Amino acid sequence: MRSLLLDGVSRRVWIALGVTLAVLLIAPLIVNDYLLTILILILYFAYTAQAWNIMMGFAGQLSLGHALYVGLGAYTTAALYVHFGLSPWLGLPVAVIVSALTGACIGFLAFRFRVAGVYFAILTIAFAEFARIGFDHFGWVNGSSGLFLPVANYTQSDLWNLRGKPVMFYYVLLFFTVAALALCHALLRSRAGYFWQAIREDEEAARSLGIDTFRYKMYAVVLSAGMTSVAGVFFAFYYNNLFPEQVFSISRSVELILAPVIGGVGTLIGPIVGAFLLTGLAEVIWEFLNAFGFDPPGAKQVFYGICLLFVVVLLPDGVWPPLSRALGLAERPDAPDDKPEA
Amino acid sequence: MPAEIYLNVAVSGLLTGLVYGLMALGLSVIFGVVRVVNFAHGEMMTLAMYLAVVLFSAFKLDPLLMMVPIAAVLFVLGYALQMGLINPFITRPEHSQFMLLVAIAIILVNGLLIVFGPDARSVQTSYAYDSFAVGPLIVDATKTYAGLAAIAVAAALFAFFRFAPLGKAIRACADNYTGALVVGLDVKRLYALTFGLGAACVGAAGAMLVLIIDVTPQLGPAYTLLAFVIVITGGLGSMPGALVGGVLIGMTEAMAGLLFTPSAKSMFAFAILVLVLLFRPQGILGKQLS
Repeated sequence: MRSLLLDGVSRRVWIALGVTLAVLLIAPLIVNDYLLTILILILYFAYTAQAWNIMMGFAGQLSLGHALYVGLGAYTTAALYVHFGLSPWLGLPVAVIVSALTGACIGFLAFRFRVAGVYFAILTIAFAEFARIGFDHFGWVNGSSGLFLPVANYTQSDLWNLRGKPVMFYYVLLFFTVAALALCHALLRSRAGYFWQAIREDEEAARSLGIDTFRYKMYAVVLSAGMTSVAGVFFAFYYNNLFPEQVFSISRSVELILAPVIGGVGTLIGPIVGAFLLTGLAEVIWEFLNAFGFDPPGAKQVFYGICLLFVVVLLPDGVWPPLSRALGLAERPDAPDDKPEA
Repeated sequence: MPAEIYLNVAVSGLLTGLVYGLMALGLSVIFGVVRVVNFAHGEMMTLAMYLAVVLFSAFKLDPLLMMVPIAAVLFVLGYALQMGLINPFITRPEHSQFMLLVAIAIILVNGLLIVFGPDARSVQTSYAYDSFAVGPLIVDATKTYAGLAAIAVAAALFAFFRFAPLGKAIRACADNYTGALVVGLDVKRLYALTFGLGAACVGAAGAMLVLIIDVTPQLGPAYTLLAFVIVITGGLGSMPGALVGGVLIGMTEAMAGLLFTPSAKSMFAFAILVLVLLFRPQGILGKQLS
């Protein structure tokens, strides 16, 4: 494991990562509440971006319905907490299992029946929509009228029940983001990681080399679904209200894939860089528009769209591959994620 | 419930389904030729619907008459989009094309939101509450006009692809890209033309649909999904399939709304989609996948 974690990363990358992490660790002591909320948003997208990237970036399976797993994670832990007072940390494994099983069902159906490419992407949207309509009529979680978590003005943060101030959520998310990065790094250099990349580049060739493509695609979906649901737990306890219409909506799924696409699909650092760039820039633009007294709904999203358009047209590999070369942080030539998708 | 209710709802679903079919026809034509899935399809339709709303509220112009100019505007938009943005993407991987159109979709939805706000807009024509009595049936006049107009536009498109030299040239591009290049066809221009035609279909469908439902910016993604469901059910790339799929989904939605609750109606459309994807991935009228 240790060698898996340390392989293929140059010292400069380690130093850059270390400095970034140190800055993020002390950030809450320096920044004001507003900046902290933005940092939380950035970390949230950095985490989900990495989870999505395992499925699309590593294994080449395009999911456009990842809001499904966020929603399942959010609803499972929130409902268990509201109904039985179960701590989110105990609800978390349940949420991960529910999401992973759902992912397994979708993966099984899709891969067994050879639903691939665009069809697979549309199937993932269909299941997210199913969940949206289903939860709208699901009485135990209050259907379309929404599920609310009890809120109070906390002076003390209760980590066990995830009730408290934003700074607690910040550190919880930072932990998960770093853990996800370590996991992704280890995965890319593992047997499964190489198999995934083989499947991504050419599934037929991978199969003819004896890779059980069905099984490894299943691993990618299950792992990605389970990881994504962890973000859902955070979503539920941070925002304290859940509406199927919002949680499972297709725009949520799209929002979730912006960061990895802009950062660089299939790269290790790209999804995190994407989250910082996108959310950071959006806030700057937002402030700028506000300063001129112009803040119509949708302005931020139009900006997201334009960013996405520019990146997709001008930097087909995402921002990170050229950026890392410019900063001298590019991975070693033998590293698998040096060459993103052709 | 008396039997007439079911029949009435079925006919109403059939007429709405024809308009859905025309919308999906645009998606199917684009995919069949250019091999790009237009993820901004529903958003283009909401754009057309807003054009119809503006023309009606400002100049009292009937959407059914404005169908042609609106389709023309969407044609130009589609042509420009294909020429400027999508043509360089036809050799890129699928997910890359997808992202490009997702970006366009996001800009369209939220652009409309900025301009028109989140409230629903509608068109109140003088014949909005008229209906025809056919035996025991009561058929909504607006839906009848819209359904008939959808058939007319679809027929014109079929005729174009069947008989017009340009239509034949487009079909040649769809059948054999390299072959079309070899015989000297300007494939990129023909692709742009095709995307324009697909956009025109959805533009015409939008002008009709605005008579039936109110428009909000958020309608875009929902109708993109609906168009996907229809073309996959009918057979992606098959023109008659899109109309058959449209009618099937239109009637399913209407029936589900009657028998269960209207809010659950799209669940049935998605159930059909999942079943088709699993058991007949080429769709009802699609060719066998190689």
